[in-house]
Amino acid sequence: MSKKNLIVIGNGMVGHHFLEQFAASDAAGRFDITVFGEEKQLAYDRVHLSEYFTGSTHADLAMGTAEWYAEQGIELRLNEQVTEIDRENKVVSTPQGTYHYDELVLATGSYPFVPPIEGREHPACFVYRTLEDLDAIRASAQEGKTGVVVGGGLLGLEAANALKSLGLDAHVVEFAPRLMPVQLDDDGGAVLRHKIEELGVQVHTEKATTAIIKGEEARLRMNFSDDSHLETDLIVFSAGIRPQDTLARQCGLDIGERGGIVIDNQCATSDPHIHAIGECALWNQRIFGLVAPGYTMARTLSSALNEDKDAAFTGADMSTKLKLLGVDVGSIGDAHGQTPGARNIRYNDEQAGHYRRMVVSSDGKKLLGAILVGDNSYYDTLLQYALNGIDLPENAESLILPESQGGAPALGPDALPETASICSCHNVTKGDICGAIDAGCTDLGGVKGETKASTGCGGCAALLKNVVDSELEKRGVEVSKDICEHFPYSRQELFHLVQVNGIRSFRSLIRQHGKGHGCDICKPAVGSILATCWNDHILASDHVPLQDTNDTFMANMQKNGTYSIVPRVPGGEITPDKLIVLGQVAKEYDLYTKITGGQRVDLFGATLSQLPEIWEKLIAAGFETGHAYGKSLRTVKSCVGSTWCRYGVQDSVGMAIHLENRYKGLRAPHKIKLAVSGCTRECAEAQSKDIGVIATDKGWNLYVCGNGGMRPRHADLFATDLSDEELIRTIDRVLMFYVRTADRLQRTSVWMENLEGGLDYLKQVVLEDSLGIGEELEQHMEEIVGTYQCEWKTAVEDPEKRKRFREFVNAPEKKDPVQEWTTERDQRRPVLESA
Amino acid sequence: MKARTRWDVVCSVSDLVPDSGVAVWTEDGPVAVFYVPDRLPALFAISHTDPFSGSNVLARGITGDLKGEPVVASPLYKQHFSLRSGQCLEDESVKVTVYPVLLDGDQIRLQVPVAQAEVAA
Ligand SMILES: Cc1cc2nc3c(=O)[nH]c(=O)nc-3n(C[C@H](O)[C@H](O)[C@H](O)COP(=O)(O)OP(=O)(O)OC[C@H]3O[C@@H](n4cnc5c(N)ncnc54)[C@H](O)[C@@H]3O)c2cc1C
Ligand code: HEM
Ligand code: SF4
Ligand code: SF4
Ligand code: FES
Repeated sequence: MSKKNLIVIGNGMVGHHFLEQFAASDAAGRFDITVFGEEKQLAYDRVHLSEYFTGSTHADLAMGTAEWYAEQGIELRLNEQVTEIDRENKVVSTPQGTYHYDELVLATGSYPFVPPIEGREHPACFVYRTLEDLDAIRASAQEGKTGVVVGGGLLGLEAANALKSLGLDAHVVEFAPRLMPVQLDDDGGAVLRHKIEELGVQVHTEKATTAIIKGEEARLRMNFSDDSHLETDLIVFSAGIRPQDTLARQCGLDIGERGGIVIDNQCATSDPHIHAIGECALWNQRIFGLVAPGYTMARTLSSALNEDKDAAFTGADMSTKLKLLGVDVGSIGDAHGQTPGARNIRYNDEQAGHYRRMVVSSDGKKLLGAILVGDNSYYDTLLQYALNGIDLPENAESLILPESQGGAPALGPDALPETASICSCHNVTKGDICGAIDAGCTDLGGVKGETKASTGCGGCAALLKNVVDSELEKRGVEVSKDICEHFPYSRQELFHLVQVNGIRSFRSLIRQHGKGHGCDICKPAVGSILATCWNDHILASDHVPLQDTNDTFMANMQKNGTYSIVPRVPGGEITPDKLIVLGQVAKEYDLYTKITGGQRVDLFGATLSQLPEIWEKLIAAGFETGHAYGKSLRTVKSCVGSTWCRYGVQDSVGMAIHLENRYKGLRAPHKIKLAVSGCTRECAEAQSKDIGVIATDKGWNLYVCGNGGMRPRHADLFATDLSDEELIRTIDRVLMFYVRTADRLQRTSVWMENLEGGLDYLKQVVLEDSLGIGEELEQHMEEIVGTYQCEWKTAVEDPEKRKRFREFVNAPEKKDPVQEWTTERDQRRPVLESA
Repeated sequence: MKARTRWDVVCSVSDLVPDSGVAVWTEDGPVAVFYVPDRLPALFAISHTDPFSGSNVLARGITGDLKGEPVVASPLYKQHFSLRSGQCLEDESVKVTVYPVLLDGDQIRLQVPVAQAEVAA
């Protein structure tokens, strides 16, 4: 039987999600799949589009890869717009050709509405929807000073923020009397306006633009109906979206009165072989301008095409919470109280800029909707009441009162029903989470991996953690943080014990606070804590037995028991003379030589007893240890930066060297990697590092808690346009806080995800000094920097320490008999397992 | 059949590192000698060869105890070996050779089998 053709028009967020779902289903085998995308790029995360202005690239935002499409056998035709659908012959046409379909999916999204204002075609007028739009805005902003956003809704405010980040004086012009007219009421809008003006964005409400003409001081002048005007260099229209239903109209499908392709509960249009999902679809007279409902449609359609009779789209929750220009805004359910008989409860603190409103049912029992401005910490609880129809407590107003005024504590996870939606991005309910735990997940990470919860927008992270912890406890799983059987403490608690009690050896720690003799888990952890607290030389005889062999012998053990040596090459900058020394030493000892991923050179195959001799030579040539063996700073990768690169705006190499020399030797719960790029092109891949620094023309942008390796994580933007001093102070604080509070073997990425409050909390601690420990952290770092010593230098100079490097203490000349070698590609390497 | 053995001096007390191991060369091959001052007895000797990799590395592992049993963790793949029996805690079928060890003045002696003049293969 030959395969049928499935064609998808539109390679946006929802179209891509559909293909992901469908490709993994049984029905996929029965179809040849082709997808058409009008944009040049593969589907990308439009929700995070604005990050394109703060350093993200298309690759960062991309939802999948061309390889993935190829592996699934999906033909991906980008930059090819479908111009016609012929339903009679079941073909679609593009400028490149015609294609037959058996089933057709429309995922064409929407387009920005531009009000019919005279002069709107001026080249300095833009919309805010695609990467290309943003490229154009960026280019235009370079020569401008002022920017206006037309439209004060969600997207408009986001666009205003983006204009601000491009260095423009930003204005928002709104036709309605308040900001975010759809989500907020007058009072909420007023509070939001006040907060946003404080941040330097000017808000003009009740302004109807009548014409855009040439300006006198700036490129453009906007004339308003009240005879006032505003001059600006560029205009971004954000006056709402319209469903992209052109093709559907052309081929005669049912269309709603105000646009949108009419679909039923299975996402079928008026033609049973044509389906529509995402923002172009109209269900029950409604368009859904958010991604989560689109994803639900995509899943529904995939199931329906797999002949699942129960698959149905039954509407979606349009609640949103977001941070606009640093201001919390939330809107839940029926925010405007349109349900007959609905009653309102309001809380308004103009001083603090906090506004909250609850819409409750006429009997006062159920929460129908809510509006929040200024503080979203009430959002999760209110959302759960509204979504799950949980009965309100008697004094319902306590839910929006500050705790100091008799506010109720947040709704405990226990009170949630099994059907409660915890993560709306991935449609995960409390029941799914319980299921994952019953199937063997024993921690937050496991549940995340199993259910995907909290891996979308991340908005549900705190709630998820609460549910997981409470469910684990219910099942009698003690959420144990004990490091191992010898200490009833977490690494962080041990750190405190050591520091507060001035404990300087493992022995006294285990005698006072633990039991037994220790093991390979707690010993290295304590070794690292002692090193951070007191920075003693790690070969001090008390510490030797605590270290992993790599730390003990200050080299990385390889599979045949020999070691590799990685001298530090700060920032990856090395003189020819030093490079020659590396070559000479490698040649003398027949060491296999390889360039590492960390911009330095790794020399493999040294025996234990050769290590001190080799290091003597390296030290004489000016090398220091690279700590490639330690849970400590590895490398600070850099691009060549402004000294050579024509794009560079700062000396990235200089900064990298400075940072590497500052933090070298710092002991941590796990290895730490840094990188510095000389401009936004990001050649040093800083956003995959624990600490990433990217130059701007005003200074440095700092990214934190990224990761490469097994579990890649994109670093988060932490602070922008820092001076050299600010940058170093901020990194000092982040690293020291990490070193003090992370668990054993926890990379910064996982540490941050597990911090209650996540990135925001970390920002508060570091940037706002909310715990009042900022100076202490800096001072502690200063002490560590001040007491740095190259441990190899100390070791080769001390005959007692050198004794440790004898292979056989009773036979110094004896060679290790199992090290067999062979030659490959002109270098020596170990013989692999013989049969 | 009983193999002939001999108590050989392998090193002195000053060669040992408390709570850690050193490797010595014996007629039976490389042996790891551990000194755990807080225990009685305080000396242990097991084969230096890690059975999982075939490399001579066990003396460079971290010592400690698991549920009271004195152990060393292989520095390569981190399996634990009992210092008393040589038993691998993670894999019942794997065991390393244990050598009787004693302190004689300030000398450490190991009981090692003496190579037989001829052994048919
Ligand atoms: C700046 C911004 C911020 C946002 N923030 C949020 C948020 O915080 N939360 C949230 O839930 N939602 C947010 N959204 C909305 C979210 O991005 C959309 O809901 C989502 O992208 C809709 O997905 P879609 O696949 O339906 O449409 P799209 O992602 O727009 O994809 C449609 C694709 O189809 C292509 N196409 C159209 N016609 C054709 C044709 N004839 N031939 C070939 N290709 C065609 C288009 O070029 C487009 O690439 C935001 C949107 C923007 C612009
Ligand atoms: C036995 C364990 C490991 C050893 C011996 C090891 C060793 C090394 C060494 C020597 C380097 C060169 C870095 C340098 O110049 O100092 C390196 C680089 C790297 N390692 Fe590992 N590694 C190990 C485990 C891991 C793990 C578990 C991960 C992932 C989580 C990882 C991810 C990386 C990455 C991403 C680089 C490249 C760094 C860069 O480009 O800056 N490694 N590793
Ligand atoms: S990041 Fe910028 S400065 Fe550095 S090499 Fe790339 S383009 Fe040049
Ligand atoms: S990726 Fe795997 S094989 Fe390669 S160096 Fe890292 S741990 Fe070894
Ligand atoms: S709600 Fe977006 S990740 Fe869970």
